[in-house]
Amino acid sequence: MSGSAPEIVPGWETVIGLEVHAELATVTKMFSGAPNRFGGEPNTNIDPVSLGLPGTLPVLNGRAVELAIRVGLALNCTVQRSVFARKNYFYPDMPKDFQISQFDLPINGEGWLELADGRRIGIERAHLEEDTGKSTHVGGGGRIHEAGHSLVDYNRAGVPLIEIVGRPDLRGTEDARAYVSELRSILVAIGASDGKMEEGSMRVDCNVSVRPVGQVELGTRCEVKNINSLRSLGRAIEYESRRQVDLLTAGERIEQQTRHWNEDEGRTHKLRSKEEAFDYRYFPEPDLMPVEPSEEWIAEIRAALPLLPRERRHRLAEAAGVETSATSLTVDRGLDDLAMATIHLGADAGRVLVHLENNLADGVGLLTAESFAALIALETGGDLTATQAKTVLASLVAEGGDPAAIASAKGFEAMDSGELEAIVDRIIAEHPDDWAALIAGDDKERKKKSGFFVGEAMKATRGQADGRAVNELLARRSAG
Amino acid sequence: MTERITRQDVAHVADLARLSLTDDELDAFTVQLADILDHAADLDALDLADVSPTAHPLPLVNVFRDDVIGPTSDRDEVLAAAPSVEDSQFKVPPVLGEGL
Repeated sequence: MSGSAPEIVPGWETVIGLEVHAELATVTKMFSGAPNRFGGEPNTNIDPVSLGLPGTLPVLNGRAVELAIRVGLALNCTVQRSVFARKNYFYPDMPKDFQISQFDLPINGEGWLELADGRRIGIERAHLEEDTGKSTHVGGGGRIHEAGHSLVDYNRAGVPLIEIVGRPDLRGTEDARAYVSELRSILVAIGASDGKMEEGSMRVDCNVSVRPVGQVELGTRCEVKNINSLRSLGRAIEYESRRQVDLLTAGERIEQQTRHWNEDEGRTHKLRSKEEAFDYRYFPEPDLMPVEPSEEWIAEIRAALPLLPRERRHRLAEAAGVETSATSLTVDRGLDDLAMATIHLGADAGRVLVHLENNLADGVGLLTAESFAALIALETGGDLTATQAKTVLASLVAEGGDPAAIASAKGFEAMDSGELEAIVDRIIAEHPDDWAALIAGDDKERKKKSGFFVGEAMKATRGQADGRAVNELLARRSAG
Repeated sequence: MTERITRQDVAHVADLARLSLTDDELDAFTVQLADILDHAADLDALDLADVSPTAHPLPLVNVFRDDVIGPTSDRDEVLAAAPSVEDSQFKVPPVLGEGL
């Protein structure tokens, strides 16, 4: 994947930088004791602070700070002294007419995130801010720029957010999806957020620009908002790349603007008009003190972090002797602990990963490292064929037990090699034309006919023959 | 001395703050804001090389509260104070005036 990124429009490179907002998994809001809870009746999780009533004062939730530091450490950021700032704008989702955020002094500075293929994507910063209320646009077809009126629910207002600003290091839809998936896995692993895009607890704003392949300077970017799923993210990037290339090839210029992704129409449209080219007039929030995490506190938070997905991929890759990219599915499914334990019991690492990826997608049920390792020992020792092993594995998942006992209960006996030879010879004798075709055929024909004979051998042994052994026999017979 | 703030600056800031000012007010505030900026500029006369930037007049950091649920407001009482309500939510006019 590295080197040349896929081009959405031939000859053009798409450059992507993502800003991800994640709601922090606190019990209460950022600056007051109102509950941080999704899905309640509208305007029930509110208090004077979340409503921005005159005379209220914010008091910072220490847990939100701790979770933000966790995020910073997990993203290899510099955790630093930070100051809150007011971001001033008039919009009904923020009733006090400013949002408390961090501006020039974010809690987490420079960092990076490692994708499953080992590439590192730069993180510019990850700062704390409060979420806004939720507006629903009603009438006028439901599109935000032609809404008849809006309804506002302040349950979400004041929920603590971490905004993770990524560098424009991503080059295509796959990159963007891989980054968001990895980030979500990290946030969930460290307990900072539930990372649910569909519930809006993780939201992605996407900066997209295009440039001719080979050009060094970046094109003018547009920011796309309202992306609610990984699928929308890919579609929005593709749409926006094409739109920008079309404009440029028509000799027009890209205007830097915020655009709204419309999932139903599959397109973006301009959101904010020019006079709202936002001038937020940030200034330090006088009602909050700076946050200065001590070295001790940071060390304590670091020590309590679980292994991160990246570390788990490296750990399993090392134990199994494979590339980290070959371990990502197993780690994503949370089956790497089982894989490690099974490998430590001496099981063949390749078989462990193959079974985990192909045969255990629906969960591992009652399978233990011990029964898994014993099963793989039977398989690699030639006592069970791959097909039989798969059947026993399904039984171990459903009911547990001893793989050898299950195999013998199912009548899976290792076939004596003399017995198998006799069966194969009989099949050859019964199908002389096919055998002649196999001997005379080119590689393709030989492969096809070998497949036929293996199939017949399986039929004759009710699946107990080892396909590999049959193939070896066929090769020997046809050579002799 | 260079002009600290222009009439256009004041008009822009007023616009951002949704204030509509008369011409006389614009003139008056331009002078007043310039005076305030002049006053702040007096600091330039001091040698502050050894003074670290101040984020807040109080010498406190890390003022936190525990993550514990507190009282919430009564929805009906709150909504009763709103100019317009629909479906237990605040009903507001469209804001992003594009195309209107």
